[in-house]
Amino acid sequence: MEGIKLVEETKTMRGLDAIRLAIEEEMERDESVFIMGEDIGKFGGCFFVTEGLLEKFGPERVRDTPISENAILGCAIGAAMAGMRPIAEIMFADFLTVCMEMIVNQAAKASYMYGGQISVPVTIRVPFGTGIMGAAQHSQSFESWFMHVPGLKVILPSEASDFKGLMKTAVRDDDPVIFFENKRAYYLTADVPLDKDFTIPFGQARIFTEGDDVTLVATGAMVQESMIAATKLTEENIHCEVIDPRTLVPLDKKTILTSVEKTGKLIIVDEGCKTCSVSAEIAAIVVEEGFQYLKKEIIRINTPDVPIPYSPKLEKKIIPNAKLIQEKIKKLI
Amino acid sequence: MNGGELPKELSSDELINIYKKMLLIRKFEQRITKDFGKIKSPLVHTYTGEEAIAVGACMAINEDDYITSTHRGHGHFIAKGGDVNSLMAEIYGKEGGICKGRGGSMHVADFSKSMLGANGIVGAGPPLALGVALASKMRNEGKVVLTFFGDGAANQGMLHESMNLAAAWKLPVIFILENNMYGWSTPFHAATAIKDFSIRAQGYGMKGFTIDGNDVIEVYKTIKEAVDIARNGGGPTLIECKTYRWQGQTIMDPDKYRSPEEKEEWKNRCPIKAYKTRLIRGEIIDKVMIQEIEEMTLVKIDESFKFAKENKNPDPSTVLDNVYKKPIKYGGN
Repeated sequence: MEGIKLVEETKTMRGLDAIRLAIEEEMERDESVFIMGEDIGKFGGCFFVTEGLLEKFGPERVRDTPISENAILGCAIGAAMAGMRPIAEIMFADFLTVCMEMIVNQAAKASYMYGGQISVPVTIRVPFGTGIMGAAQHSQSFESWFMHVPGLKVILPSEASDFKGLMKTAVRDDDPVIFFENKRAYYLTADVPLDKDFTIPFGQARIFTEGDDVTLVATGAMVQESMIAATKLTEENIHCEVIDPRTLVPLDKKTILTSVEKTGKLIIVDEGCKTCSVSAEIAAIVVEEGFQYLKKEIIRINTPDVPIPYSPKLEKKIIPNAKLIQEKIKKLI
Repeated sequence: MNGGELPKELSSDELINIYKKMLLIRKFEQRITKDFGKIKSPLVHTYTGEEAIAVGACMAINEDDYITSTHRGHGHFIAKGGDVNSLMAEIYGKEGGICKGRGGSMHVADFSKSMLGANGIVGAGPPLALGVALASKMRNEGKVVLTFFGDGAANQGMLHESMNLAAAWKLPVIFILENNMYGWSTPFHAATAIKDFSIRAQGYGMKGFTIDGNDVIEVYKTIKEAVDIARNGGGPTLIECKTYRWQGQTIMDPDKYRSPEEKEEWKNRCPIKAYKTRLIRGEIIDKVMIQEIEEMTLVKIDESFKFAKENKNPDPSTVLDNVYKKPIKYGGN
């Protein structure tokens, strides 16, 4: 068959459709996969990610739950301990605060503290971030908290095909995975492979665009903003390398360090509050392991340390955007 | 109370086994109390005085039925058939411990015996029990889960969520509330306005019973009944077993908050002594056998101590093992 290259079949879809497709395919493939959460059945999920799954798989495998996040996660983790592969949805990342126990002290610890007797193959899906006038308790970005908990894998894709490939990997993974779904990325479209075995390994960053002048590491909605900034700047002959780590634990340090070695300059953009954020960790890694590559100071672009306001005018003021990123790049170069 | 007929469905051997197990737990706890200076951890909680609950309850289930335990878990571990040597070695933090010295007293677990772990977080067992029960239900395995927790855990929000979900989904869970009268130093009547926790069951749509937790046969019979209901799809039951913690909260607790008179009164209601009297009256055992059992038990405990003492410490180079099922790779492609 030499010389014949198979054309990968793809379909253009939104991020949220890609997640649904991944879940649907995994539920078809493996009977031990099921999904549970608040209003995920008849209603189809707060962001309609699970729409249609109840009709297809029935109420045993698509389970609407009471508003009891500890019970939802306890139930999912316990089922995982007994050999199932549950996917649990926490409706908003902000609600993780009421079920931290199950994630931090139970799921993350079970393999280690029980001496490797078991693993906990649970996937916890969490919509997060701003953009829907959610205000202080429905807009937060808590991903960095979970990077601090050994035993968890922390996944944060920004684009539809990554949503699909990484969700499938998450479901098949034997460890507890917390899967952050950016609300704005839900509605961005991209070409998604239809191959039912399309998976993306954890720990591999994605380079969205290559460039020699500055490395731009961004997550979630900030990838799109960074790409807009990078595209604009090509007109001024400034070439950015935009990297989305996609998985925060495990983190692909090598791709970031290799890029910084090439560009000598690093800007990190993330939607979380600045203190102890994802950007803080990445900056620390680069200083520790790639200090010799740096020609300039590292720039972090974050939401300032403030609760997310309701008014769009105020929200817009604090969330990093393409214009701000562009300004910071020009100032650095 | 502690005087009725012995259940006819249990053979003499089974009745004697109940006695042996209770005694094994008692002697085990007495030994680690005596040796607390060697153990060094202040966070070792003994089950002395409460033996009838774990043993009576585990007698009412099959080997492949599950249990979840508490921070006071040695008794549950032994009652479920866990190996005493590996339990002792775990408390001593040795490689031959059931969790390879990673968990310690508060995390003893034997998944091969469906003993899903002691748990250092008060009230965290019941949410996990939901999932194990759900898995059993979804796979039509007919297995049930006993979830042990104390009067302290009874006031945790997690328990409320768990009892509600178990009832709503008719999960095969039996909630076993070991009311040992104190949450550390706080008497349960100071923490709650009710005399019997079992009245809460009604509020969840399940049956509730308060029984003498020091009567091993009453525990066995009541839990057997609840197990039969759960196994046949009838859902959960709450069983409050009134008992008393003979020792302080931990083996290091000077226990000055309880009067000597109160402790003496409960010691007079010793579950093991009362059961022994019944066995003698029922002509199941005689004084010679009692002597033999006592000696055999002490030999077993001595052996377990010897096993723990001679067992090697975990190799420090393995300290990062089992955080994840496979060590995660930083640095991807």
